[in-house]
Amino acid sequence: MMKQFNIVGKDIPRTDAPTKARGAALYTDDMKLPGMLHGRLLRSPLPHALIKNIDTSRAASLPGVKCVITAEDTPKIKYGNWRLFPDTQDEYPLAVDKVRFIGDELAAVAAVDKDTAEEALELIKVEYEELPGVFDVDSASRPGAPIIHYYCPNNISVNRKIKYGDVDKGFSESDYVREDTFTVHAVSHAYLEPCSALAQVDLDGRITLWTSTQVPYIVQCLLASTLGMRENDIRVIKPFIGGGFGGKMELRTWEVCAALMAKKTGRPVKFTLSREEEFLAGRRRHPMKIHSKVGFKKDGTLVAKDLKIQLDGGAYNAMGPTATFLCGNFGAMLYRYPNYRFHGEHIYTNKPPASAMRGFGAPQSLYATEIQMNIAAEELGIDPVDLRLKNAQVSGDKIPDVATISSCGFVDSIKAVADMSGWKEKRKSLKPGQGIGIGCYSFISGGVFNWFNTQYPFSAAEIRAFSDGTVHLLTMASDIGQGSDTVLKQILAEELGLAMEDIRITSADTSMTPQADLGSWGSRVTLMAGNAVLDAARKIKEHLFGAVSARFNLNVIHELECKNGRVQSKVKADYGTSFGEAVAMVQKANRGEPLVARGSYTPRDKGLVTPAFGFGAQVAEVEVDKETGLVNVKQMWTAHDCGTVINPRSVEGQLAGSIQMGLGYALSEQLVMEGGNTLNTNFADYKMPMATDMPPSKVVHVDTYEPEGPMGAKEAGEGLASPTAPAISDAVYHATGYRCKDLPITPEKILQALEKEE
Amino acid sequence: MKHHINFTVNGDKYSLAVDPWRTLNEVLREDLNLTGTKLGCGTGDCGACTVMVDGRTVSSCLTLAVSVDGKTIRTVEGMAPSGEELHPIQEAFVQTGAIQCGFCTAGMEMAALHLLSHNASPTQAEIRAGLSGHLCRCTGYNQIVDAISVAAEKMSESRPEKEER
Repeated sequence: MMKQFNIVGKDIPRTDAPTKARGAALYTDDMKLPGMLHGRLLRSPLPHALIKNIDTSRAASLPGVKCVITAEDTPKIKYGNWRLFPDTQDEYPLAVDKVRFIGDELAAVAAVDKDTAEEALELIKVEYEELPGVFDVDSASRPGAPIIHYYCPNNISVNRKIKYGDVDKGFSESDYVREDTFTVHAVSHAYLEPCSALAQVDLDGRITLWTSTQVPYIVQCLLASTLGMRENDIRVIKPFIGGGFGGKMELRTWEVCAALMAKKTGRPVKFTLSREEEFLAGRRRHPMKIHSKVGFKKDGTLVAKDLKIQLDGGAYNAMGPTATFLCGNFGAMLYRYPNYRFHGEHIYTNKPPASAMRGFGAPQSLYATEIQMNIAAEELGIDPVDLRLKNAQVSGDKIPDVATISSCGFVDSIKAVADMSGWKEKRKSLKPGQGIGIGCYSFISGGVFNWFNTQYPFSAAEIRAFSDGTVHLLTMASDIGQGSDTVLKQILAEELGLAMEDIRITSADTSMTPQADLGSWGSRVTLMAGNAVLDAARKIKEHLFGAVSARFNLNVIHELECKNGRVQSKVKADYGTSFGEAVAMVQKANRGEPLVARGSYTPRDKGLVTPAFGFGAQVAEVEVDKETGLVNVKQMWTAHDCGTVINPRSVEGQLAGSIQMGLGYALSEQLVMEGGNTLNTNFADYKMPMATDMPPSKVVHVDTYEPEGPMGAKEAGEGLASPTAPAISDAVYHATGYRCKDLPITPEKILQALEKEE
Repeated sequence: MKHHINFTVNGDKYSLAVDPWRTLNEVLREDLNLTGTKLGCGTGDCGACTVMVDGRTVSSCLTLAVSVDGKTIRTVEGMAPSGEELHPIQEAFVQTGAIQCGFCTAGMEMAALHLLSHNASPTQAEIRAGLSGHLCRCTGYNQIVDAISVAAEKMSESRPEKEER
């Protein structure tokens, strides 16, 4: 049921693109202020140690050094995104008493230039007492393992259980039960812009922080609490952001240090991380150990699933609790499981903290789901496509305690992708060494669970309408490169019958834009901020309709509309006026008061996880060189359901980008660790796919309309982080007989498997 | 000991004293405030810092400032003919959706400029090969490849006209 739109769904270039194209867009590190100091962080070289002493005296006396801080200079207040459960807040901006991973921050220096700051770091003397470290979930959860946080003696910081139906009875009634253990590895967000933050103290003592973040509001609140200040004493401005993918969705040490040191020195302070620091100590996708048991009837009907996941969280919780929570939900999505049990454990290790990354637990959880579906299909003698169709969730399905699925294009996606890839034919006829495989996904359109314990709406918008025919949209929603500013402008222009050129936007400045927005993550922005914009726009329309109705003395039964820059009667367009004129009428009637409206969106009564689900299916065709073990992905086909496509090029760009990331996850990318140390800390050794590595790709948008979404839209591009790895993995199996249960799929693993076979 | 260097950037002449270890990237961004050129890795792997030195693309993060003495440099700020117009390559990047976060864009446009100055109508494979020193995490490269094809067409359409004048 596609609706007719004028601007939504049309090929509209991103409105920030010309500025970016000419190199005029300012990212955090592009900014400098008079008197600005340059900050650097001292990081732990040890994975686990007690800090016996830190001597900063030599560093502090180096000419040009203006400030050196350690934990002793901070209020020692912990922070973490799960404000709802303060126990989970386990991180200090600078290490107190103990370091827990290689790269853990101990001290910060601010100096007149970068070279001096760097030199000062080398003059800081730290005495450690080394402690034994643990580097994987098995050794960390073993009784007697070294304790990483004293409050958590078993190193298991989060336990999450889900249960519905009777799983044991389900297995006893199953004709076929399959049990497998999967391990998945750590990968980096590898956003192109290294993190950066610049802080300045205003005249009234307020701190303004420009920072490379996905979550200005969260940074504002947590920075305030960590420094013992009030929220309104902090102003966070998000400049242009060079990508995030989940890696910039928390308060970070350098933000705290920049703010604190700006306060201490009275001068602006900027920190910018090096790429090496990003790889060495930056957030990453959770490695996991996944144990999954599924039961089927002979005809392929799913009966039960028992899922146990251990997340290797690294040294701090970060967004691990959410990932733990969501892994269990993703495990129950996609297919109908009448009986389901999940146990997730978030386990501390002496490694850099893992956190949110595109998919938020889904790429790991669904890898297990999808590979097991393929194994089961083969052993039950059912085509993998047919087995999926048999069990696929459909609109109206209930996931107990979680949600009722509203719009759902999953079945259509599976059929479409099978069709366009020539699945049935190729599955039978491909030559040895060639293979075709399938992977599917379901994903959330933003979260419902208020772990941040915000006291404000989940998203808000303010619209100011002007008599010159323009409107100004203010929103805290954060464009981090995904294009939300453009999408929100499109939604607003559509609703108010205006052109894109009529809309001005100010976004993501916590002192200017309406409270609040939880940020850009979990594919929440289009649905939540989009709904807030619509809410405000409808209030503006009510004012305009009243004024026009009075001016033309319209019968109360007349319906009015905003269309083509006019506000007019639906049946008689002559009864109407230009948008600007209508605004002027409202303003006159209110004796000069500007026409302003606020809107908001908070999901209520939407279960526990999300207001709307996106779906899709992907097929990969590969050729494997049996001499070298190299996998050549020859073609990808994708069919997906994101509801109404608001900006087609942005959606296609998201899709292609997620294939790049999925390809890397499957075949080439991996943070190689040894004793808690990340060995590949540069792009040459962290092999993310280049332009020459990308397979040709075909895409079909399955037509659905999401009733909860703005103009029918929901999640796009994040769910697609999941299907690529299982699709490629299944194709490799089809080509070679090697079934990968420990990502990534490397040539060595393929060759070893082939040798074993021979 | 600082070294004195003279060079031209986007048509403007500069005369600077620089420390011998300072990179061209630092001098462009910090001394000349030409921040359109980015720094993505500092090891020459990502391509975000690419600029033209005497008509050849280089990683400005690996190029010492002292080595560009007497040379002519072009950066992303020197591509568009004015504040109101874009270079055809930039126009094509905007049109095709090749820009998401925009952090790799300047480097990509430099790569396109270099490629199209040597090969006016490259194939898809030649374009991809031409981008091989450049990383992008947002787009999956497809729309960037499209942009360069579109730019090649735009530029070959406008070329004969200019010659006639």
